[in-house]
Amino acid sequence: MIELKQVDKSFGDKQVLKNISFRVENGETLALIGGSGSGKSTLLRMMIGLDRPTAGEIWIDGTEITQLSEDELDDVRLSMGMVFQYSALFDSMTVRDNVAFGLREHTDYDEEKIREIVREKLLLVGLPDSEDMMPGELSGGMKKRVSLARALAFGPSIIFYDEPDSGLDPVMTRKIDDLIVETQKKLGVTSIVVTHDMESACLVANRIAMLYQGEIIAIEKPEDFRRMKDPRIREFLGSFAID
Amino acid sequence: MLDRFFGSVGRFVIRWLQYIGEVVMLLAETIKQLKRPPRMRHVFWQMAHLGADSLPIVGLTLLFTGMVMTLQIAHEFIRFGAQSTIGGVITIAIGRELGPVLVGVVAAGRVGSAITAEISTMKVTEQIDALRVMATNPIEYLIVPRMIACMAMVPMLTIFGDVIGIMGGWLIATGWSGISTYLYWNSISTFAVVHDITGGLVKAAVFGMFIAVLGCYCGLKAPAGAEGVGIATTRSVVSAIIVIFIMNCFLSLILYK
Repeated sequence: MIELKQVDKSFGDKQVLKNISFRVENGETLALIGGSGSGKSTLLRMMIGLDRPTAGEIWIDGTEITQLSEDELDDVRLSMGMVFQYSALFDSMTVRDNVAFGLREHTDYDEEKIREIVREKLLLVGLPDSEDMMPGELSGGMKKRVSLARALAFGPSIIFYDEPDSGLDPVMTRKIDDLIVETQKKLGVTSIVVTHDMESACLVANRIAMLYQGEIIAIEKPEDFRRMKDPRIREFLGSFAID
Repeated sequence: MLDRFFGSVGRFVIRWLQYIGEVVMLLAETIKQLKRPPRMRHVFWQMAHLGADSLPIVGLTLLFTGMVMTLQIAHEFIRFGAQSTIGGVITIAIGRELGPVLVGVVAAGRVGSAITAEISTMKVTEQIDALRVMATNPIEYLIVPRMIACMAMVPMLTIFGDVIGIMGGWLIATGWSGISTYLYWNSISTFAVVHDITGGLVKAAVFGMFIAVLGCYCGLKAPAGAEGVGIATTRSVVSAIIVIFIMNCFLSLILYK
């Protein structure tokens, strides 16, 4: 479970997030939407401990993480995975080594077991024959899928997706969305998906939260969210709005 | 007018103090990470990648430096009847100062820039964040192996450079200035001591440490985008060269009192 309590974040004099509070239950998928610069990625980075809030509390599975040292945070991070906006694959390693990275770092598994897990995760994301490929040889969609396989390798209970559809064509975008839904169904993970694509948000999420100028202005189920009358939300919804 | 002048001087001083403070903190954090056994596979890979590839340029630099130094001093020394000291003087100059400093400068340009370019590219493509998300400390994973590799390789390159530099001096002394091979080598054994070389190697290890840490620091602080990688690389090389010259002065005062 993830819970944020009155979280603020400022960079110098500029406050980018104001009084953010919400809770994501186990197994739930929350889509965080909002325009560019609304603070979505900053919020995501704080939930995984890459940035620290200026004020407030962030609880991950019963642990308040904002005051933890980097070493203590590492223990919490072992239960989390992240799919980065530009995949962030280690470009000097093969797909196999990328997916196996966390396993080699934090487990005593022998190489045979690691290879078995890598094969299983790559099969799950639909890339069974890519083990020996280098990231440079992969398309944007394939990189996103390898990034998801890497995030899943350690068996996390929470997965964060930072704009998983960015830079992808509409067909690949839908494939990635389907993969997010499938992953949630098969593994029962808690997911937070940062996106600016309403169609993706409606497809993958149980609830949608909208950030506007650093504040959460709504958290609703997709069908209710599409019916909201707030002009700031209506403008963002565009053709997805339901009267 | 005066306000503006002192204001800009103050800002410049604060910026530099902040920069020095951050580098020292990164160095301290890197040393702190040494409590865990280093990743030797990464260390050896970095040694091969960063050090061994620098052999040709180090050899060339020190060869010609030894040659030109002998060319300049031999004529004067012969004039004053001090030809029996040339080999010793060249060895002391190269062993104590020129070897470590020139190898340090070459390594700052070649190795420091490569480290910065790699780390800054990893930073702008979120690979450093990916390491942290996977509960891997980037300092322990990236900086420690590079620091150990540089601290080992810069002294090794310096030994190689010292030998080549002294050989360059011998070439000119015997081939151009008419000094016998016996006189040149005898002069080395008479005037130079082991500490002339080992002191230089201590300097080289310190330079290696700063080249690696400054290279990593500038990479981690690289501004976003491709231009940021270029800016960070230039900053890394310039800072490392400045630090090498300043540290060399202090180390000479300490090591050769």
